[in-house]
Amino acid sequence: MPARNYLSRDTAAAALVWSAAVVVAALFVWLTGDIVWRGAAYLTWDFLTAAPQDAGRAGGIGPILVSTLLLLAVCLAVALPLGLGTALLLAEFTVEDTAFARAVRRSLDILAGIPSIVFGLFGYVFFVQVLGLGFSILAGGLTLACMVLPLLIRACEAGLRAVPHEYRQACAALGLSRGAALRRVLLPAAVPGLLAGAVLGVGRALAETAALIYTSGYVDRLPSSLLDSGRALSIHIFDLSMNVPGGDRLAYGAALVLMLLLLIINATSAWLSRRWSQGRIVSV
Amino acid sequence: MISSSPSILSPSRSDALLRATLRGCAAVAGLILVFIFLFLLSAAWPVLREAGPWRFVTDAAWHPAEGLYQLLPMVAGTLYCAAGALLLAVPLGVLSAVFLRFYAPRPLAVVYRRLVELLAGIPSVVYGFWGLVVLVPLIAAWQAPGTSLLAGVWVLALMILPTVALTADAALGAVPRDTLRAAAALGLGRWSTVWRIALPAARAGVLAGVVLAAGRALGETMAVLMVTGNVVAVPDSVFAPLRTLAANIALEMAYAMDLHRAALFVSGLVLAGLVAGLMLLAARLSGESAHASA
Amino acid sequence: MQRLIWVIGAIAALAAVTVLNSMPAPEAASTGAARAQHSLVLTGSSTVAPLAGEIAKRYESAHPGTRIDVHGGGSGRGIADARQGLAHLGMVSRDLKAGEGDLTAYPLARDGIGIIVHAANPIANLSKAQLIAIYTGEFGNWQALGGRDAPITVVHKAEGRSTLELFLAYTGLKNSETRPRVVIGDNEQGIKSVAANPNAIGYVSIGTAEYDIAHGAPIRLVALDGVAASSEHVRDGSYPLARTLNLVSAAPLRGLARDFVEFARAEQTRDLILAQYFVPLAQ
Repeated sequence: MPARNYLSRDTAAAALVWSAAVVVAALFVWLTGDIVWRGAAYLTWDFLTAAPQDAGRAGGIGPILVSTLLLLAVCLAVALPLGLGTALLLAEFTVEDTAFARAVRRSLDILAGIPSIVFGLFGYVFFVQVLGLGFSILAGGLTLACMVLPLLIRACEAGLRAVPHEYRQACAALGLSRGAALRRVLLPAAVPGLLAGAVLGVGRALAETAALIYTSGYVDRLPSSLLDSGRALSIHIFDLSMNVPGGDRLAYGAALVLMLLLLIINATSAWLSRRWSQGRIVSV
Repeated sequence: MISSSPSILSPSRSDALLRATLRGCAAVAGLILVFIFLFLLSAAWPVLREAGPWRFVTDAAWHPAEGLYQLLPMVAGTLYCAAGALLLAVPLGVLSAVFLRFYAPRPLAVVYRRLVELLAGIPSVVYGFWGLVVLVPLIAAWQAPGTSLLAGVWVLALMILPTVALTADAALGAVPRDTLRAAAALGLGRWSTVWRIALPAARAGVLAGVVLAAGRALGETMAVLMVTGNVVAVPDSVFAPLRTLAANIALEMAYAMDLHRAALFVSGLVLAGLVAGLMLLAARLSGESAHASA
Repeated sequence: MQRLIWVIGAIAALAAVTVLNSMPAPEAASTGAARAQHSLVLTGSSTVAPLAGEIAKRYESAHPGTRIDVHGGGSGRGIADARQGLAHLGMVSRDLKAGEGDLTAYPLARDGIGIIVHAANPIANLSKAQLIAIYTGEFGNWQALGGRDAPITVVHKAEGRSTLELFLAYTGLKNSETRPRVVIGDNEQGIKSVAANPNAIGYVSIGTAEYDIAHGAPIRLVALDGVAASSEHVRDGSYPLARTLNLVSAAPLRGLARDFVEFARAEQTRDLILAQYFVPLAQ
C-alpha cells in the first residue's frame, strides 16, 4: 500500500481521535464547570455544619454529613474484616480450583454486577424488616457493606497476589506459622492493595443513592444512634433536585461537596498507596 | 498462582483456627448472593403464586393496582437505554483511551487521565441532577417535554464513559512494547498500529470494560429515573418517555402494598437476572473468571 | 503491620458495642421502630410529611429528650407501616377505606388537589369532562380548549400515590385509561415538571401548589368546574377535589404517641398548618 494512503488515513484517524478526546473533555468541563460554578457559593463553613431548614431550601448539610460518615463507618467496619478474610482465604489458603473457592468466586463475580437498587430491595426486606433494624443507619450501612464487598475482596486479593512468591518460601524456610507469615510479611506487603480496595469501596458507598432510600431513610436530622434513620448526602441531592421546588440551588452546593469528598478520597488513596509501597516490607 | 501450593507455609495449630475463621468469612461473602435471590424471591412469592409468572409477559399493561403486571415494556426500556448509552460511550471511551496511549503528548496524557478518573468518581445522582437541570431543558427546547429516551441515553453514556475509557486504557497499556515497536519497524502508521495491532491485542480487556459498563447502565436507577419521564411504554422515538426496571422499583416501591409490592420485587428479580446473565456470559466469553482478570 | 490489625479490630469491636448498645430490648425487637419511650416514628404520605415534620420539631423543642422521626413514602406506606409496627403513626392523605377499619384516624387538616398549568398558559378553568378528555388523550392539543396551538404534556402520578387515587376517584377513570407523557412521584416533582414546561398540565396538593407559587414557582392553579382551587374553597367544602389529612394508628394510642397526637391537633399547631398552606379543621 502506498505510503501516501497511510498518511492521509493517519491524518483522518488522528483528527477523529483528537476530536473524541476534545468532546469528552468538553463534556467533562461542561458538567463539572456547571456544578463548581453554581455550587461554589455554598462552600462555606456554615453550609457544611448547619442543619437543613425549610425542606433543604435553606440551611446547610451538617447532620447529613454526619449521617453519611456513620453510614460509611458501619459499611467499612463490617466489610473490611469480612473482605480481608475472604481475600486471604482465596489468595493464600485455597488451591485455585477447589469447589468451595470456585463457588465463592463465581458468586462474588455476579454480586459485583448486581445493581444497587437490588441491594436496596434486599436490605429493605432483610435488614429493615426481617432483622427488625427499621430504617436506620445500621441497616443502610450493612446494605452498603454487601454492595462493596466484592470490590474490596477483588482489590485485597490483587494486593496479596502482587506479593512475590519468594516471600512465602522464605517464611516457610524460617518455619513461620501461616498466621505469623500473614501478619509479618504478607499483609504488610499487600497493604497498598487493601487500601486501594477500601478507598474504592468508600467511593462507591459514598456515591450510592438507590441502595439507601429504602434502608437508611430520609430523615435529615442528626442521628443519635445507629438505629436512627439518617439521610446520605447523595439522597439529599436527589431529594432537593427531584422533590423540592427551589431546591436546585442548594442541590448544587451539596453536589459540589460530594464531588470534592470523592476527589479527596481518591487523591488520598493514591498518596497512601504510594507511601505504603515505599519500602514497607523492609521496615517491618 | 501462589495458592496452588498450599503446603508452602508450614502448618501449626493456630493456623487451623485462622483457616476456619477465613472460611467462615468466605462463606458469608459467598452466601450474600444466595441470600439476595432468596429474599427477593420470598418477597415476590405472593404475586408469583397468585398470578403466576406468565402474567408478567402476557398482561395488557403495567397497572398493578388493577392487577395487570406486564413487565416487557420496562425490560425493553432498560435495554434501549443501556444499548443507546453503549453505542455512544464505547466509541468515545475507546477513542479516548487510544488518545491517551498513542496520540496525546505526555503531559497532556497525564492531565487527561486525571480528568477521566475524576469523571469516573462523579456519583450517578450528580449525573442525574445535571441531566435534569441542564440536559432536559435543552432537549425540551427542541422537543418538549425533554424527559425522554434521549436524555436517559445521554446521561447514562456520560456515566459509563469513564469506565470504558479507563479499562480500555489499562488494556492498551498492557499490550507489550515490543509488539508496538515491531509494528513501527514494519513501517505501519500510527493509526494502523492502533487499529491492526494494539486494539486487537487489547480486545479482551476492552470487552471486559464494556461488559462492566453495560452492567452499570442496565442497573442504574436514580440518574435514569430523574430524566426519562417514567411512562411505561416501549419508546417509539428518542423523544419518547420510558421506564426502566430499576426506575420502576425506586418510583413505586415506597407507595406499594401487597401484590403491587410483590410485583416490584419481581421487577427486581428480572433486573438482577438480566445482569447476572450478562456477567455469566462475559465470564464464559473471556474463558476465565472475570474475577481474576479485573 | 500489627497496628493495622489492631485498628481494624478496634473498629470492629467499636461497631459491635455500638450495635449491641443500640439494639432494641428483646420484647420490642420485633418492631424496630417501637424501641424506646422517648422516640416516635411517623411514615407515610409525602403531602403530610412536611407538616408532620414541622409539628415534630416544635414538639421536640417543647419536650426535650424526645425524638420524632418523620419519613415520607406515601399514604400506602403509612398504612402498611402502622399495621406492621414499623411506625407508631402512619400519615395518610385521604379518608380511611372500608377495608382499613383496623386503623383509627386522627384528622390533622384538610387539603385539596389542584390542577396546575404553567403560569404562561391562558387556560383559567376546566370542567370535569375536559379534564377527563385531556387525561385520556382525547384532547391532545391546547387548541381544543381554546388555548395555544401546542401539544398537551400530561403529567401523571405513579401508581400507589393517594393523590392519584383521589384524582381517579373524582374523574371516574381507571389508571389504564390515562395517557400520560410524564409520570412523577411526589407533589414537588409534579410542580417542577409543570414549571419547566409551558404546555404541561398536572395535579398536586393545593397546599403545596400555593406554597410554591408564593415561593415563585411559575405555575397556576386552574379552577375546576368554576370553583377556584384555593384553601378557602377547600375549607368551606365547595371545591370538589378535596381530602382530609390524617394520622393513623393500629393500636390505641399510649404514652408519647397519644401526647404527640393531642399536641398536633391542638390550637398551637394552627400556624404550622397555615404555613404549609393546608387548611386547619373547623375550630
